[in-house]
Amino acid sequence: MDRRSFLAAGGLGLLGSFAPRMAFARAATPKRFVFIIQRGAADGLGTIGATGDPAFVGARGDLAADLTAGTKLDAMFALHPAMANAAALYGKGQALFAHAIASPYRDRSHFDGQNVLETGGTGAYQLKDGWMNRLLGVVPTDDAKAIAIAATVPMALRGRREVASYAPSSLPDASDDLLARVTQLYQGDAQLHGLWNEAMQTRQLTGDLTRDNGRNAAATGALAARLLAPANGARIATIETGGWDTHAGQRGRLATQLKGLDAMLGALQTGLGPVWDDTLVLVATEFGRTVAINGTGGTDHGTGTAAMLFGGAVRGGRVLADWPGLASASLYEARDLKPTTPLDAFIGGAVADHFAVEPPRAMAALFPASAKTAAIEGLLRV
Amino acid sequence: MSEAAIALNRFGLGARADESPPADPRNWLTAQLAAYQANPAPIAAAPTSAKVAADLAAYQAAQRQIRQMPAPTPALAPPPPPIVPPAAPPVPQRDARQQARDTAQRAAQQDYINLVGARTAVAIATPTPFAERLVWFWSNHFAVSADKLELTGLSGTLEMEAIRPHVMGRFADMLFAVERHPAMLLYLDQAVSVGPDSPVGAKAAARGQRRIGLNENLAREIMELHTLGVRTGYTQADVTEFARAMTGWTVGVIGGGPAARFVADRPPGSFAFVPDIHQPGARTILGKTYPPGEEDQARAALADFAVHPATARHVATKLARHFAGDAPPPAMVARLETAFRRSNGDLPTVYRALIASPEAWRPAPAKFKTPSEWTVSTYRALSLADVKPQAVQGLLNQLGQPLWKPGQPIGYDDTAPSWAGPDAVMRRVEAAERFAARSGATIDARALAPRLFPDAVSPATTQALARAESPGQALALLLVSPEMMRR
Repeated sequence: MDRRSFLAAGGLGLLGSFAPRMAFARAATPKRFVFIIQRGAADGLGTIGATGDPAFVGARGDLAADLTAGTKLDAMFALHPAMANAAALYGKGQALFAHAIASPYRDRSHFDGQNVLETGGTGAYQLKDGWMNRLLGVVPTDDAKAIAIAATVPMALRGRREVASYAPSSLPDASDDLLARVTQLYQGDAQLHGLWNEAMQTRQLTGDLTRDNGRNAAATGALAARLLAPANGARIATIETGGWDTHAGQRGRLATQLKGLDAMLGALQTGLGPVWDDTLVLVATEFGRTVAINGTGGTDHGTGTAAMLFGGAVRGGRVLADWPGLASASLYEARDLKPTTPLDAFIGGAVADHFAVEPPRAMAALFPASAKTAAIEGLLRV
Repeated sequence: MSEAAIALNRFGLGARADESPPADPRNWLTAQLAAYQANPAPIAAAPTSAKVAADLAAYQAAQRQIRQMPAPTPALAPPPPPIVPPAAPPVPQRDARQQARDTAQRAAQQDYINLVGARTAVAIATPTPFAERLVWFWSNHFAVSADKLELTGLSGTLEMEAIRPHVMGRFADMLFAVERHPAMLLYLDQAVSVGPDSPVGAKAAARGQRRIGLNENLAREIMELHTLGVRTGYTQADVTEFARAMTGWTVGVIGGGPAARFVADRPPGSFAFVPDIHQPGARTILGKTYPPGEEDQARAALADFAVHPATARHVATKLARHFAGDAPPPAMVARLETAFRRSNGDLPTVYRALIASPEAWRPAPAKFKTPSEWTVSTYRALSLADVKPQAVQGLLNQLGQPLWKPGQPIGYDDTAPSWAGPDAVMRRVEAAERFAARSGATIDARALAPRLFPDAVSPATTQALARAESPGQALALLLVSPEMMRR
């Protein structure tokens, strides 16, 4: 019994749930772009398994079982069976997966890794604004306004461009307000200040997609679609999802997480209707997880992982990977999937194609610190 | 913190909104030593160890009976296959045993909940909160843990029957009552300890029964945790000798083990001495020889431990830590130690030295509240009267300190690192929001704050309460304010 249900049993009632958070920006273009952030280091090998790699089943034990029963993507890879909508999009050529991919970050701290993922720097706290905010400078900017949902704008969307906020009534924001006030109350208290910061960071990592059997995640996807679909609606959005830090009991947890993510994708696509053809959805996480299972049926912080693109214009139905192999000699620091594809180049190429920006210009704006990295081209049908 | 705020929060269990702050904080504390009631109504109505033990005895008898029942049609039934297929119907005998166990577990759990309710009701309503805090202190010093069926209902009765009557008496009497209480005898396996040269032990040895013999668990913990303190000079030989002296101390009916047949006619749960399992002979412990004395041999050793200088120091250190800070001030430890030694462990004398210690009155908060302390001070702040025991138990579980379940004989830790964690603070904030939601707009946190912490509310807290968007939110903020998190 977890502590929430225990509170209920104890007669104190349910605590408010925390829905995934969204932030929006608006730009004068018919194109829509959604970045779904997976906070907590999503397991790329658990999402898209290298079932054709001879070392996969041996390294992954129980965790491999779900993948071998999943949707076969090609001779090497299979998609986790919880991702039915994603599999259907793959079948229609509207889903593209990249594997053995990573941002320039090579250590294993969530917070530092997320900072790199969102700012587009090569090291943590090197850049002060997010690449989504800088993206507004390279897409047509007439009437480019940004909008954030919930109390805080994620780092990816913070920066010079103004970001307004919108909190729909379906999201419980009263508790968030209390949390913000507690933050203020503890500001001058040496002990509580530090404890509270840590508690809040952990909370961001563990907010989850799984609550209410995925309905919460689907509702968030539908809400994002409502805000993106109108002709005068938002053009750029981020959706933060937590709960990917699967150190223990990964098999069940990852399955429910992926089910939530898949429900969110499905609701987004359904809600966007014909606008789906003008939409690009990117799913990415700060880093991957160890290839081997740990002693508690989970995986620990690793490096290489998977990223995903969905949308009507995606040149999908394929997995992009310079596969390094899972034999122990091939691993990064003898434990992690070795990253062979730069996430920056993947995102830069996709965004450049999507918004019809010169790839070098997109790379310079989004990832100024990765100066020599060339964008990966040909990810979208243009 | 003002002296009134210190008396109410550091020495007490938090202020009640409907009480005036003490005019003379030191006198208010001293007066509680005389005004303390060992057996107020909620405690008097709570389950006793005799009641809990009677239920256990009935359960154990039922289990024996079921075991002795012939298996269903044994002559005709084929021998059971080595692995029972999952589809096979449950063996009726096993089924009956499990049913009896479930019933016993439910009964014990109900006793536990009732005891949690009694302890909480007293703590919320008491006019002597300093005295009640001392009960908590000793209950944790002599910790038992409700981790197995036999201890579920019994754990709380130790506090009611062995701690409460002696908290204003002599340490030696409390020690004696605790070590002879069924909860302690069962928790630390004393009930099944057998002297190797006792009549039962000798017979078992002759038959090659290696599983019958001495159990040092309680003897060791008495020396290490309850009296002298760890690394205070005793040796393994002392522990073994004391364990031998303790043999024969067991429990009526429910103790199990080789003593069972000797105590079948005793009241269930009563202390019992069984000469047939007592190790005969003189014992030498800490250099002193105790002549053969059967039951009284261990009593004599306990009486010496109770007034030993190491015990005085151990108790003084723990009390100073509890009231003056995680790093106990040496001068205060020395003062309490002296009071303990000079009075031969007269506890009110030690408490008076505690009240007189300037280190305990330092204005900066001395302690991060434990979950129990935070919970009860919250109930008191809200002047809640009708508290559901189940809800208290649920909340304490959620906050990480279920009552009488420390999981180890050393009890719950009494320093901040065990309680001041990020998740723990978040849980208190979540709980505070629930409390505030239920109290609604009926409490004005701005007026309540100075009653809880007279002359001790910080500007930051005052401002946070003033700026809150609703009375409920202000109350939630007050319940997790730095003033409320520490004492």
